[in-house]
Order: sequence, then C-alpha cells, then structure tokens
Amino acid sequence: MAAKSTKSISVIAGGRIIDPATQLDVIGDIYLKNGLVERIETRKRSLKSAEKIKSERGVYDARKKIVAPGLIDLHVHLREPGREDEETILSGARAAAAGGFTSICCMPNTDPPIDDQETVQFVIDQARDAACRVYPIGAVTQGQRGESLTEIGDMVHTGAVAISEDGMSVVSAEIKRRAMEYIRMFDIPVIAHCEDASLSAGGVMHEGAISTRLGMRGIPAAAEEIIVARDIQLARATGARLHIAHVSTADSVRLIKRGKRDGVKVTGEATPHHFSLIDASIAESFDTNLRVSPPLRTEKDRKAIIAGLADGALDCIATDHAPHSVEEKDNEFDIAPNGMIGLETALGLVGKNLVNAGHLDWPRALRLMTINAARITNLPGGKLAAGEAADIVVFDPEEEWVVDPEQFYSLSKNSPYVGWTLTGRVKLTVCGGKVTHEDR
Amino acid sequence: MPKSTPIAKAEKKSAGSRRRKKRQAARLSSRHLLGLENMPAADIELIIRTAVSFKDVLDRPIKKVPPLRGMTVVNLFYEPSTRTRISFELAEKRLSADVVSFTTSTSSVQKGETLRDTINNIEAMKTDVVVIRHRYPGAAHYLTRCCNSIVINAGDGAHEHPTQGLLDIFTLWEIFGSLEGKTVVIVGDIAHSRVARSNIFGLVTLGAKVRVCGPPTLIPVGIEDLGVEVYYNLDNAIKGVDAINVLRIQRERQSGAVLPSLREYTKLFGLNRSRLAAAGPDVVVMHPGPINRGVEMTPEVADGPQSVILSQVTNGLAVRMAVLYLLCGGETTVAER
Repeated sequence: MAAKSTKSISVIAGGRIIDPATQLDVIGDIYLKNGLVERIETRKRSLKSAEKIKSERGVYDARKKIVAPGLIDLHVHLREPGREDEETILSGARAAAAGGFTSICCMPNTDPPIDDQETVQFVIDQARDAACRVYPIGAVTQGQRGESLTEIGDMVHTGAVAISEDGMSVVSAEIKRRAMEYIRMFDIPVIAHCEDASLSAGGVMHEGAISTRLGMRGIPAAAEEIIVARDIQLARATGARLHIAHVSTADSVRLIKRGKRDGVKVTGEATPHHFSLIDASIAESFDTNLRVSPPLRTEKDRKAIIAGLADGALDCIATDHAPHSVEEKDNEFDIAPNGMIGLETALGLVGKNLVNAGHLDWPRALRLMTINAARITNLPGGKLAAGEAADIVVFDPEEEWVVDPEQFYSLSKNSPYVGWTLTGRVKLTVCGGKVTHEDR
Repeated sequence: MPKSTPIAKAEKKSAGSRRRKKRQAARLSSRHLLGLENMPAADIELIIRTAVSFKDVLDRPIKKVPPLRGMTVVNLFYEPSTRTRISFELAEKRLSADVVSFTTSTSSVQKGETLRDTINNIEAMKTDVVVIRHRYPGAAHYLTRCCNSIVINAGDGAHEHPTQGLLDIFTLWEIFGSLEGKTVVIVGDIAHSRVARSNIFGLVTLGAKVRVCGPPTLIPVGIEDLGVEVYYNLDNAIKGVDAINVLRIQRERQSGAVLPSLREYTKLFGLNRSRLAAAGPDVVVMHPGPINRGVEMTPEVADGPQSVILSQVTNGLAVRMAVLYLLCGGETTVAER
C-alpha cells in the first residue's frame, strides 16, 4: 500500500491542522507511531523555537502550512489492465500521492473491465506497493455491455467499494433498477455516469452558442439531466445509495438538491475542470485536452456547480483523472478521446478557483476532498484523530506554481492547465505513516 | 446580372485605393486564412479590392499572372469537392504556382496516417501553402500547429468556409457597394452549414443585417449570439431583404430526425417565383451550389434575372486568387524570391 520511504517522520510540527471530520482547526503537532496518528497536540503558543523544529530528527516543519487528512478521490481511471502505456496502477497512485491523495477509487472501464472477482483482486494485488490506497470500483453489468448484472457480491467481498458503468450510462432503466435493488444488501453505492447516449451521439462539446459558433456537434445539458432525474427516481423507488459522478450542469445540481430534500439517498461530485473551465475555452484553442465527458459547460453551469459545492447540494470533489496518450490526443478535436488528467492539479485548482476566489474556506474545501468522499464509499480514511491511520497531506496554501507537464508523475500529459499558475502546493504526503511524496 | 453604376463606381474607387495600397505593401493581419470570425473589416475590404483586379485578369485572353511563380501549393481535400477544388486549382494556376492536389476519403482518417504525419510528409517536399478541406471543425487550426506552411481553410466541417463567405460578400459588394445596413437572409440548413457561418461572421463585421431561416431542427441553439435574427417562416424572412442566400439541403437529412420529408421542406422553405415576386424585383438570389433544383429553389428562380449564382462562381476564382496573392506576401515577396 505505501511506497518504500527513505525518510521516517514522527512529528509533523507547527502546521495549521484542519480536520473537517472533527471540526478541528488549530495550530499544533501531529505525532505518528506505527503508521497511525498517535496524538495531536495543540499549541497555545509556539512551544518550540523555529531552530528546534528544524534540528530535531523525524520532525517535519509544517509551519505556515496546512496539515489535513490525506485527500480522497472517488473517481480515477488507472488504465490497467489494458492501456499500461497511458497509466498503470502504480504510476497513477504515484501521481495521486503527488497531488496529496492517500486514497483513490479506480473506475472499472479498463480492458478487460473490472467486472468480476478476479479483476478486482488483480487491481488490489497490483496496488500492494502503490503510493496510495487503491480501492476498485466494479462494473454494473458484465463487460459493461448493459445486459446482465456482474457478480456484485463476489466483487464486494474481494474489495470493490462501489459499482459503476462509468464512461456511459446503464441504458436500460430496468437493469439499473435491478442493480440498485441488489446493492442494498451490501451497503455500497452505485456511481452513475449520466448521459443519454441518443442525445449525446456524435457530440464533442456542450451544445450552446459556442458549439454553434464552431460548427461542432453539441451535447445538450438535457442528455445528462434526463439520466440524473431517472436515476434519482430509481433511487427513490429502491432506497439504494446513488452517487452522481462529475455533475456538469446547473439543472443536475438542482435535481440532486431536490432529491436530497425529499430524503433520497443521493450524493453528487464535481470535478476541478467543471468548476475551472467552460466551453468557451475550446473556441480559443481547439485544445483536445478540453474534450471531456461530460463536456465543459457554460459559465452559468460553472457557477451553479461552485454554489452546489458551497451549499451542500454536491458532496465531494473528484478528479475524473483520465489519462490518454499523446498520439490519441494530438489529433483533430472530433477524433480525440474524452478525458483529462487531474490528480496532480486538483488541490491547486481548489486553491485558485474555490478558496482564493472566495467561494469556500480551506476547512470547507477540504471537507469535500476528505471525509465527505470517504463516507460515500465507506472508506476508512478521511479524518485526523488518535488511532486513525496516518494518512496526511501537508500543503502550502499560499504557494503559487506553474503547471509543467514534465513534472507530472502520471504517464500521460493530457492536461489543459499546462502553463497555468495554481495556488496551493502539496509539500508532503504521508500514507499509513510512510512518506509517499515530498516536494523539495 | 448586368453591371450597375455602383459597381463601376466601386471599381474605379477601388482601383485608386489599390494603387495606394500597393505602395504601402498592403498585408492581411493574419498569416493564414482560417475563418471570417474575428477577421477585421479592413482585411475583408483589402481582399475585395484585390479580387476586383484579379477579376479583370480573368477576362484577358491570357489569364495568367506571375506572382506565385516558384511557389508550391498543395490542395489537401479530405472531403469530396468539385467546384471548390477546381476553383482553388485554377486560382493557383492563374497565379503561376505549382499545384498538387490530393483527395482522400475520410473513412481512412481514423485508421490511417494522422493529419500531422500527412502534412509533415508533404511539407518535407518543400511546399509553401496548404489548402485544406476537412470534415472536422478546427482541422485547419490544427494544421497551423502542425506545420510551417501558410494554411487556407477550404471548409472545416460545419465551422467555416471563408473563401465562400468572401466570394458571397464580393458578389454582394459588386451590386450594392457598401453592405452597411443591407439585409441578407440565409435560408436552409444553418446547423450543418459552414457557408452560413462564414457569411454571418463576415456580413456582421461589415455592418449588414443578417437573418437566418429554416426549420428549428436545422437552426442551431444560440445562433442569435452571432448577431442574427431567426425566422421559421420563409415569406416573413424574405420580406424587406436585399439578398437571399439559399443553402443546399442535403438529401440525406430527410428520413433523419431533422426533416420529415424533402416534400414538406420544399413546401415550407423552397424559394419559388411567387415567393420571390412578393419579396420584390430587386432582391438578389444567391446559392453556394450545388443546387438541388426543385428542392430548395425552383429552376426558374435559379436561372432567373435575379439570380447571381454564376457570378458567384466567377467571383470565387477572383477571391481565391486575391487570398492566395495576399497571403503569399503580394508582389514584395515575389520580388524577394
């Protein structure tokens, strides 16, 4: 689970410790022992002098930095098995560590897909020496063909934490309904990629004034909202836990909000790109790294997503990290595949576009990347307390840095943020007490 | 359409300004011609003025001038095209360029060589200009990032077809002079039309009022943002306009979800003699071709006195010569070579 570490840290000292789960926000020291958090000591005053913090062995100087639970990402594509040239479980986990993540959930649309016990076990085995905890998500239907249910029980007992058909929707409402009924006995959610394929067919970007200007085939907002509405009604009918992946439109946010108000067990996630980018960016560059599913929407949708993250309509931030090779992306926009990488830029985008832009403070933003995500898939991490696993991120909330693809640990470089200046840089990631990333 | 006085005046005026411009070594503001969106009015006017002089060349017994001598132009057509390709080839030959044309079916694009590899290979043979027709929007933009050649967009999906837009504008300019305050209606499949988009961008830049007319399934969402008025009724749409630009309706659109039948389309949006008569005797009728006679336009309208369809074709040649000439640096560059 944790990478070999050359450095052992016993105290993370002097940082601003934020734990949204316990509503902790203090200056203090975290003592680590045997891979666990031993205790957290609050400082009324700076007890140790600056010199002392630096000189002690095993003490990490976290002054002027934020110390938080290791970040959790419910939505990552690791491409293994099948496209190990784009990402492997190990390379994706290493990129995750660089982004401050200590737990990631990987989507099943690999080749072959994660649709049975053996493939779930394969992912877990491959992740044994990974730089973060990797939790597989199983497919809803065999081969993701939308016909018959996978052996969900087997997958859950082997370690799958959710089921999803990510990359597409389960077309048949009947199959979706049965899947949602079936998972109730396992206490796992179904994660829904919401897209009516008949409405999105051939589309390459959001349908609106910009797609009209560019003469590009559009994907209407309704393509997403129809399935969001359908699945919320199925969750209402079945009592299943439904998690809506990568919410991209204002009305999807509204539908989820209404579902929650009615007591439906529905949660929603937003990606950094849907709160950072809009369709108009495509008109400037035709950059294929801006091609993503669901597509970048309008400024109105972007604002609604930020509002949803702020008011609780949306529960967490997930990257939808989707590696693609240069040869696939370096093409005409219409034939480039959907997706962008996101693990290593997520925190910096949260800092830039949510915190610095004044929408959320760090405790609330971190809640969306830690405990809220953990609760959706019942993951053990997401909090900082004595006796919990020492999964910790230390980051400098003020540090500005320029995105350079050469610095990525991901095997793929398909980021639309190259050259952007982001705010908030990961300085140290600790997973199970081991240092998995350190920025020097 | 007989030449009217404004044309003669405009030509005379433009000949004078052309002489002045030559001394100033007039240049376009962009190295490539990718589209008319964001093209400054001054560039459009420069192209029109230049096209006027090249149109004169076309009436000479020897229709050839030397400015592109020694330059190589590649016509890269990823979509079947007859008139645009011939028009570009002739324009290039009239300017004394060496010309290579390459037509390929789009079906092989996804499995075969990438566009980047194709252009790099062609450019390695020391070419200067690439004219590209491609089924995907943005393909010409993409090409500018792949190679050093001057790129001319001859149509990228439903995005832009700038030389068609320019030749339509040139044709209107010959008739009306300034297009400021003139009203042009574009009728038909706006959603899938690069001709519509380039016309809209160029005409709006020049201060013309633009209407679009067609069934809602063929009018793309948000088109109003481009500064046009939307009509679903042809008779209302052509009332009070100066020109009607009728687009070709793709036969394959019927039986799809967008049109119940061509019969109904013709009934609702076909331009015929009585409709045109109601619009007025001075309204100019245009069509980018090829015409589906009896579908979007009846033969008596297409061949009637208000039609300028064949002048559009001739003007296309002059406009393409002007564009090639200006992008290749005009006479100064030729002299340097």
